[in-house]
Amino acid sequence: MNPLHVLVVDDHAMFRTGVRAELQKDPGVVVVGEAEDVDTAVPAVLATRPDVVLLDVHMPGGGGAEVIRRVLPQAPEVRFLALSVSDAAEDVIGVIRAGARGYVTKTISGAELVDALHRVASGDAVFSPRLAGFVLDAFAGTIEVAQVDEDLDRLTEREREVMRLIARGYAYKEVAKELFISVKTVETHVSSVLRKLQLSSRHELTKWASDRRLI
Amino acid sequence: MRRAYRPAEHRLGGGVAAGVAEHLGVPVLWVRVGFVVATWFNGAGVLAYLLLWRFLPLRGPDLSPGLEAATRRGLRVPGRPGGVEVVQTLAVLAVGVGVLLLVQGGARPGGSMLLPLLVVVGGIAVVWRQLDDAAWQSWFTRTSGGGFVLRVAAGLGLVAFGVLYLLTQERGLSAVRDLGLALLVAVVGLLLLLGPWVVSLVTDLGSERRERIRSQERADVAAHLHDSVLQTLALLQKNASDPAAVATLARRQERELRSWLYGEEELPGDSWAAALRDVRADVEETHRIAVELVVVGDTPLDADLVAVVRAAREAVVNAAKHAGVDRVDVYAEVGQGVVEVFVRDRGTGFDPDAIADDRMGVRGSIVGRVENHGGTARVRSGPDGTEVALTMPLSQPAASPEEPR
Repeated sequence: MNPLHVLVVDDHAMFRTGVRAELQKDPGVVVVGEAEDVDTAVPAVLATRPDVVLLDVHMPGGGGAEVIRRVLPQAPEVRFLALSVSDAAEDVIGVIRAGARGYVTKTISGAELVDALHRVASGDAVFSPRLAGFVLDAFAGTIEVAQVDEDLDRLTEREREVMRLIARGYAYKEVAKELFISVKTVETHVSSVLRKLQLSSRHELTKWASDRRLI
Repeated sequence: MRRAYRPAEHRLGGGVAAGVAEHLGVPVLWVRVGFVVATWFNGAGVLAYLLLWRFLPLRGPDLSPGLEAATRRGLRVPGRPGGVEVVQTLAVLAVGVGVLLLVQGGARPGGSMLLPLLVVVGGIAVVWRQLDDAAWQSWFTRTSGGGFVLRVAAGLGLVAFGVLYLLTQERGLSAVRDLGLALLVAVVGLLLLLGPWVVSLVTDLGSERRERIRSQERADVAAHLHDSVLQTLALLQKNASDPAAVATLARRQERELRSWLYGEEELPGDSWAAALRDVRADVEETHRIAVELVVVGDTPLDADLVAVVRAAREAVVNAAKHAGVDRVDVYAEVGQGVVEVFVRDRGTGFDPDAIADDRMGVRGSIVGRVENHGGTARVRSGPDGTEVALTMPLSQPAASPEEPR
C-alpha cells in the first residue's frame, strides 16, 4: 500500500511540529509539507498534491474554508480534514459546507487522527460525536412537506440512527454491529449525511448555524 | 420592546431588508419584494428604504470573544450572502424596474422623475455603502488611489446623469423653475457625495472614546487570563509530578477557556443542557475523568428532568469509579416529547443482575430514580463496556429547535 501523503496546514508552528511527530510514528503516513496561512497553503497543496490536507479552521487570510474554496476548483481530487480547537457550530458547519470531508478536534489522539486521515483519503466522511450532535441539531424539527428539495433537507430514519450512535461515542465498527449492518453501509450513510450537510439549501440549516452559538 | 437593527453581515445593500426581515421574522425575499412593489407607488419603497437605512442602527455580529477576534484578524470568513440570494435580488429589482418603466411610460409624461431619481439614489448608495462598512471605512477615507477616483467619478457621473435627465425631461415649465430645480438637485447630490467626509470628521471625535473602551477591554482580558490561565499554569508546575492532576487541571482550564472564547457560556440553572454541563464539570473535577458531552436541543428543567440529570450523573460517576477508563461519552437529546440520555464507557463491564440488592448504585440511584418519575432506564454491559440509557417523557412539549434561544 502506498503511504498516505498528508499536508499539514496550521498557523501554530508548535502544533504543526506536534502533529508531524505524531503522524510520523505511523509508517503508513508521510507528511509532504506544511503551510501556515491561506496564501501559503493554496500553492503548497497545488504543488504537492497530497491525498489529504489536514486543515486548521482559524487561519490568517480567511481560515480553512477559504483554502478549500480556492483549491477545490483546481484540484478537486484533494480531500480535506478539518482540525480545530474551536467547537463553535458555525465554524464546524462552515468548513464542512465549504467542502471538508470531516471534522476532528485538536484533542484527538494520534492513532485516531491517522485512522481519520485514512478514512478521508478513501473518500469516506469523518464525524466526531460533536459533529454528529450538530448535524442532529441542524436537521431537527419538522419541515413543511411542500419544501423544495426535501431529500436534501432531512435525514432518513437510518441516517438519524447512525448519527445518534456516533454522537453516543460509537465507532463506525460498533455502529455497524449495533444496527446489524456492514461497516461499508455505515460509511455510505455517513457520506450521504455529509452530502446533505454540504448541499442542503434548507433555510433552517443556515439560520441555525448563525443563530446557535452555544451548544 | 424589541429594537430593530441592520445586520453588519449577510447583507447586500444597506442591510435594511435583512434587518427588517429578521425583526418581523419573515423571509428576506418578501421584504425585498415589498420594497420594490412599494416603489411603484410614487417611489414610497425607495423613500422607506433610505429612511430605514438612515435610522436603523448598524449592529455587528454578536460573537463570542474568540470568534470575534478570529474574524477581525481574518482567521475565519464572516458570513456573506450566497450567490443565489444576489441573483434573486437582482431579478426582483429588474422586474420592479420593468414594471416601473411600464407604469411611467404609459400614464404621465410629466411624472417620469422616478427613474432619474433611482439612478441618482444608486450613485449615492455606492458612496454611502462604503461609509457604512467599518472594514472599508479606512480605505474610503483615503483621498487618493484608482478605486477612489473611480468611485467618486461613478457617483458624480450618476448624479450628473440624473440632473441632465431631469432637465431634458422637464418641458413646458419656466426656465427659472428649471434652473432652481437643477441647482437644488446638484446641491443635494454634492451634499450626499461629501457627506461621508463630513461624517468621518465627526466620527474622529468618537474614536478617542472608542480607544478608551478598547483599553478597558484589554484590561478585562488581562484580568480574565490572570484569574484563569495563569493560575492554572502555576498549579500545573506545582503538580508536575502527578500526571492525573495535571490532566485534570488542564482539562478544567480548557473547558473554562473554551466556554469563554467560543460561547458555551453557562445559562441560568433552569436549563436542561446547562444542568448536564454542570454535571460534566463537576464529575471531571472530582473524578479525574474526561466527559465528552454532546447535547442536542434544550428544554426547561422540571422535577422529572432533574431526576434524569441526577441519574445520569450517577452513571458517569460509576463509570469513572469502576470502568477503569479515562473517558466517558454522554449524549443527550431532547426529542419529540421525550428526552434521552446515553452514558457510555469502553471499560470493564459488569453483570447488572449479579449486583447485590443492597448495592444502591445502579438499582436505586439510576434505575429506581428514573422509573419513579415515569421514565425508563436500561443498563447494558459487556466486554465492550457499559451503556446506560435513560428515557423520560416530557410533561410539556419542548421548545421547537427553530425557536430562538
